Amino acid sequence: MVPVLLIGIPLLAGLIGFSLKDASARGWSLFASLLTLIVSLVGISMPRDSKLLSFSTDWIISLNSHFAVALDGTGQILSLLTALAFPIIFISTWKEDYKRAKNFYGLMLLSQAGLLGVFLATDALLFYFFWELALIPVYFLASQWGGERRIAATFKFFIYTFLGSLMMLIGIIYIYFHTKDHSFALSSFYGAHLLIQADTQAWLFWFIFLAFAIKMPIFPFHTWQPDTYEQSPTAVTMVLSGLMVKMGVFGLIRWLAPVLPMGTYMWGDTVSTLSIIGMIYAYLIAMQQDDLKRLVAYSSIAHIGLMCVAIFATTEPGIQGVMIQMFNHGINIIGLWIVVFLIEKQFGTRKISELGGLASKAPVLTMLLVIITLANIALPLTNGFIGEFLMFTGIYSSRATTYNVVFTVTAAITVILSAVYMLNMVQRVFYGSTNALTAKAVDIRPGEKMILAFIVILILIVGVYPEPLFRLTQDAVNTLLSKMYIKP
Amino acid sequence: MNSIITSAVLGVIMMFSGIFLKKNSSIAALATGGAILLLAMAVLDLSGYHFFPVDTHNMLDFELFGQLGNCIAIAMTLAYFLLNGRDIAAIGNNPGEYFALIFFVLCGIAIATSFNSLLMLFLGIEIISIPLYILTGSDKRNLKSNEASLKYFLMGAFSTGIMLLGIAFLYGASDKGSFFLEDIASVKAVGTPMMMTGLILLTVSMSFKVSAAPFHFWTPDVYDGAPTVVTSFMATIVKAGTFIAFIRLFANAFGDMKSHWQIFIAIIAATTLFIGNITAVFQQSVKRMLAYSSIAQVGFMLLALLTLNTLASEGIILYTAVYGIASIGLFGILVKMKDFSFDGFKGLARHEPVLAFTAAIFLLSLAGIPLTGGFLAKYYMIASVIQTGSWLWLVIFALLCATVSVYYYFRVIQAMYFKEGLSQNLEISPGFKMMLILLALIVILLGIFPQLLISRLYITYI
Repeated sequence: MVPVLLIGIPLLAGLIGFSLKDASARGWSLFASLLTLIVSLVGISMPRDSKLLSFSTDWIISLNSHFAVALDGTGQILSLLTALAFPIIFISTWKEDYKRAKNFYGLMLLSQAGLLGVFLATDALLFYFFWELALIPVYFLASQWGGERRIAATFKFFIYTFLGSLMMLIGIIYIYFHTKDHSFALSSFYGAHLLIQADTQAWLFWFIFLAFAIKMPIFPFHTWQPDTYEQSPTAVTMVLSGLMVKMGVFGLIRWLAPVLPMGTYMWGDTVSTLSIIGMIYAYLIAMQQDDLKRLVAYSSIAHIGLMCVAIFATTEPGIQGVMIQMFNHGINIIGLWIVVFLIEKQFGTRKISELGGLASKAPVLTMLLVIITLANIALPLTNGFIGEFLMFTGIYSSRATTYNVVFTVTAAITVILSAVYMLNMVQRVFYGSTNALTAKAVDIRPGEKMILAFIVILILIVGVYPEPLFRLTQDAVNTLLSKMYIKP
Repeated sequence: MNSIITSAVLGVIMMFSGIFLKKNSSIAALATGGAILLLAMAVLDLSGYHFFPVDTHNMLDFELFGQLGNCIAIAMTLAYFLLNGRDIAAIGNNPGEYFALIFFVLCGIAIATSFNSLLMLFLGIEIISIPLYILTGSDKRNLKSNEASLKYFLMGAFSTGIMLLGIAFLYGASDKGSFFLEDIASVKAVGTPMMMTGLILLTVSMSFKVSAAPFHFWTPDVYDGAPTVVTSFMATIVKAGTFIAFIRLFANAFGDMKSHWQIFIAIIAATTLFIGNITAVFQQSVKRMLAYSSIAQVGFMLLALLTLNTLASEGIILYTAVYGIASIGLFGILVKMKDFSFDGFKGLARHEPVLAFTAAIFLLSLAGIPLTGGFLAKYYMIASVIQTGSWLWLVIFALLCATVSVYYYFRVIQAMYFKEGLSQNLEISPGFKMMLILLALIVILLGIFPQLLISRLYITYI
């Protein structure tokens, strides 16, 4: 029942939201998202074998598809992240006045429902349904409330992801016809690889991977990302970068690697190489960026790239690191977006070159930002360190690839280099001398302070005591590794 | 048999309705009542209540698939009357006649969806075509309408000739000279030149009737020139009925010799998808765009003709229904618009939220986005091809084309929602809006529970 509530609450609340008045929609959506958060927390604190955590009923009988959802495995940590992120997003953009606000908040809640559906579905057709449903509201949100070039940018994004999804659909249908019982159930899909030849898996892999690669995004499928992040309203950018990119990583862990293990092993080196090229490329471009939003966007490509390499390394610490890092990356990047949002609101610009010396005027903002930045570049004591350390351990000790040392070294260098542009950004925006624009700067308000402080506290807690998150993800790690024939 | 006789009688009644009824709205109401009666008769027929025990000497075969296709066509006509009834009556001076012609077309569809002999197929297709030639030219004072009618008639007559020639060849190829489908299906010497010639000629003429490329050249001009209400009828109901006939022809007569003709259908499907989608991208008028999109959608439907398996027959039922409903809705909105260009839709979301919202749902359905019936319809099509294990290139090609289709469908959505425009003071009645909402709900309902429709293929009464 819990997963049904998790999808149902935002879905219903979103539909109700469309009929509310503009003024009350904000409070309503915050209430609904907090309710979802409570349900999610109750869900993950329940015993693993509780019957309340899964639900299944017939859906399209002639296709043998079920409405099957379950709060288990990788879905737990990502549904927790989704449930946690939306209240943060709503509170941090509370002061923003949207035209036709009820539609904005209604669509936001619908996108949350879609995201939760993706993370909870255990039926491939249902998964595909939600995969697309998460996209549609975000498309409307970004095209309606975004920046100047929003229509072209988000349309590019839509076409890209839609093409990827359709290719994935071919893959899903192909596997469906090769399951023993012609079923879309996750368990049937996990058995299908025994009936699919290795050379078939080799091409089938790309059909499904394309959808995930575009979503993550992996080089060279990333070109939609910076434009879309830049043009979307900040709240939507948070959803896109904090949550939607995780759909790709999640899909890889749950719907691709265990379903087509041979295909995954075959292409591991290729994808890892692409990811590392992407990381270097993102670094080179991020160095040149003058726009804060684009800078954060490129830093995200680098982080996701590392997760992708760690998944293809298929080792226990590596996967464990990915799980933790998915959560951390979501929290950290939303924190960064909040700071960008605050700066843009106060000064009306995102240009790094036009800012400077904020530290003296806004000490609290500066302190909080520095911690979030440090977490983003994975300094010890922050959450980012835990995740990245585990991933590097995993990649280094991998036996799935013969290039493990090369991958580790190059990835590590780019991660160190990413510190350069992040710290450079902090220095140029917050330190140095003030200019005409920033001379009258004021520090952030208590509400904004609280939400950023909350993120910083989360960063530090996970950084010091990650044990609860490990316990949450251990099952998922074991499942993946056993399906990949690493563990019994 | 119920619907054949009822629709013919209704056609005659409508012809004389002008004598008794003076107001357009009352004629439209009479036609709507007639459509309800016709639908009831067709559904009763489907459920096993036959009121007219006529011995057709096996010329007609009322099996569930064709019957259901017929019911869908009639149900769509009813929706079409409810949505645009007054607009049909307002085409010209003789409102009753337009409805009469539409009922005659329905009679043709009823025959074409139940033929068991090639002669009946010919008869059905002709009964569909001839009233359409008149309807296309029904806007008498409009030169474009006249041109479209003449063009359609000349091309249509030509394709009819080809069809007759094809039927004659098949007659000759059958073992003892027969028009019956089962006799053609049981021919011993399969794939003889005579039989293949007949088959190809029939394929060409049927492709012409459903506007599959490269026999589609009449479609954009005719759809564009005909009054918009008539275009709506041609692009949806007629197309659905003709396509069911196309499927039945191949399933019943040529089902066992797939290897001889599949490659032709695959090429026609790929060409249709390519030409329909690519040309639609460059259109400046929404009406012409919808004309090309209807060609593109036929490309998808042809995938069912290629495979002819269970998924295909289930899928084509769903496809014709959701494609038809979505297109009727869109054309219905288009009829009310004053400006058919993409710019004419600017700002519609602000001024007419209901129209814009329902139009968005119809467009999403045509593009095949989940939660709308269009997605599952496309799903059935590609699944039926993947099930065969071959023709994977065609599936990939079809989906690439589907991605292209997003471009032109979303242009309308972008104009409606993301661009500002002036109010056009459209005359929209509350009933029209209610009907649009109902159609949008049906599209979504079929997108979540397709078995509501598909299960009817397997339910037999009595």
